[in-house]
Amino acid sequence: MMPILKVENLSKDFVKSLDLVAKGLNKIGQNYKEEIVHAVDSVNFSIFKGEIVGVVGESGCGKSTLGRMVAGILQPTEGRVEFDTGQVKNKEIPNALLTQMIFQDPFSSLNPRKRVIDIITEAPLYHKLITKSEKRAFAAEMLQRVGLDPDTLERYPHQFSGGQRQRVGIARALAVSPEFLVCDESIAALDVSIQAQIINLFVELKDKYDLTYLFISHDIGVIEHISDRVIVMYLGRIVETAPIKTFVKQPNHPYTQALLEGVPRLEVGKRQYEPISGEIPSPLSPPTGCHFHPRCKSATARCEREKPALREIAPAHFSACHLNDETQSL
Amino acid sequence: MRQTVEPILEISDLQTHFFTKAGILRAVDGVSFEIGAGEIVGLVGESGSGKSITGFSIIGLVDSPGEIIGGTIKFKGEDLNDLSNEQMQHVRGNRIAMIFQDPMMTLNPVLRIETQMIEAIQAHDNKISREDARIRSRDALGLVGISSPDERLRAYPHQFSGGMRQRVSIAIAMLNRPDLIIADEPTTALDVTIQGQVISEMQKLCRETKTALLWITHDLAVIAGIADRVCVMYAGRIVEQGLVANTIANPLHPYTRGLMGSVPSQNQRGKPLQQINGMVPSMLSLPRGCAFQNRCSYVTEKCSSGRPDITHLSDERQVRCFNVSEVPKL
Repeated sequence: MMPILKVENLSKDFVKSLDLVAKGLNKIGQNYKEEIVHAVDSVNFSIFKGEIVGVVGESGCGKSTLGRMVAGILQPTEGRVEFDTGQVKNKEIPNALLTQMIFQDPFSSLNPRKRVIDIITEAPLYHKLITKSEKRAFAAEMLQRVGLDPDTLERYPHQFSGGQRQRVGIARALAVSPEFLVCDESIAALDVSIQAQIINLFVELKDKYDLTYLFISHDIGVIEHISDRVIVMYLGRIVETAPIKTFVKQPNHPYTQALLEGVPRLEVGKRQYEPISGEIPSPLSPPTGCHFHPRCKSATARCEREKPALREIAPAHFSACHLNDETQSL
Repeated sequence: MRQTVEPILEISDLQTHFFTKAGILRAVDGVSFEIGAGEIVGLVGESGSGKSITGFSIIGLVDSPGEIIGGTIKFKGEDLNDLSNEQMQHVRGNRIAMIFQDPMMTLNPVLRIETQMIEAIQAHDNKISREDARIRSRDALGLVGISSPDERLRAYPHQFSGGMRQRVSIAIAMLNRPDLIIADEPTTALDVTIQGQVISEMQKLCRETKTALLWITHDLAVIAGIADRVCVMYAGRIVEQGLVANTIANPLHPYTRGLMGSVPSQNQRGKPLQQINGMVPSMLSLPRGCAFQNRCSYVTEKCSSGRPDITHLSDERQVRCFNVSEVPKL
């Protein structure tokens, strides 16, 4: 099977350029340097048709930047994002129509001055997928797909609740019949009972329209429920990718283990939280070698020196940890 | 199992209403519960359920157009509603402390942590010297797991990370050794590993100092891990309360069940989540009778006839539902 999406060596740096004062001071012999954040650092993965791939990580790990590059909103500093739908006739379709993005905040992601009908049909009209006369019927159809009443076509976004607004956002994404959806924390801003409705909608849409998802979330419970495969990121790098069962049962990387350990579970009985210590380091000055070593219980001198490579430790299970080499040599 | 000591806080039939132009908003409508010394009680609900307003009512922070119009809040036998503003100031921050979701709202950005902590001590104790207050502040910072507290005292809030700031606000809340802490979504804005750290500190502190804790959150899973008892709120009323172990194992109110079914976890992979249909009704136009009737799957004619009363069951369980006996066991 050919992957629908191939990401090769993808990197994104954000540079904070010097301000006027620093430039001036540099001229008279001071040494101010530009600050560079390696938001995403040489990331490789591929996604197959019909898969839901979850991306987890804490704030600042680069998961949103990754999602934005995949969706084509951000240009990568290095590397490539390649889509292959396997159909020759689709080759000419621009990436913008193949992939769509659903955002976190249903309040700021919809234009407050446009009616729902215009929000949904703007892209398909521009790309000439529909004509003006089809506009109303098309928008009504899209609203029905996401479980909204077609009578609400003429409304403005502020007339909807958060959950309904998120549905409008999904309808807008589906309007150009994409094959690939990037969901960036798409349910994080919603109430628990509404979250469940939207998760169910995502799964239902996937089956109906043959979609593939890159599902970014900090909520491990959600990722465990919805994904087929999980990518774990820490400070711009992928530290582990695993099929969901392995991720839950045999996480390999110490960071993944710590992450899973920290998740509150809906289980009977009090529990004692034994969290990993330390803060997430600043991406401006990440630790040397393995980014995780200052917080890792089993860190060795090698972890401090050397960046671990992402290696396949079991079929389809990749992990970037030096400890794996040692257990093999034993 | 339940301690026989006098409860620290006893709320009965609390009613906090907001008198808006659009009508009377019954944000808290007849809430009763109690907290014993050293007990952790979880108050769970979705946005708009009135859980935060309940917290604000206790500490006397309800602003116009809101008003506490009925009920009693007995704190160590004394009704807080009867206290004058000055008397209340003596209680607030001293006997009862509050921790907010966003620590940046608690901390003054232009003052050193030291200044703010010493101020909090001296506000309630005019005899204590600055030096003694400083030592107590330093110890409090050490207690919540901030390393090198002596240096950190001199720092400004912006020099801390989000998790560290929340620790500082916990330290400030603990400064005067209060009898009760109200924590309003204290870990919602934090990353998973940091959330684990904060929860574990709070657990430890409450165990060691016998401080009672009211933990307000939308996340049932967090409550499941730390609380002794749980109150579930919906549309201004507590619909179910009981010991956490019993309530999680066997939720009785249809809303509690829906809420639990909505939480994704690895156990339900591949199956759709048991969602609650519809959305939280507007507090201005609640249906007659049970507020949950439009979303409930066990609804009968009786539900629209009038408000359901509290049914007291064994094991301190209380449920506000007409059909408790008809709702099948899980």
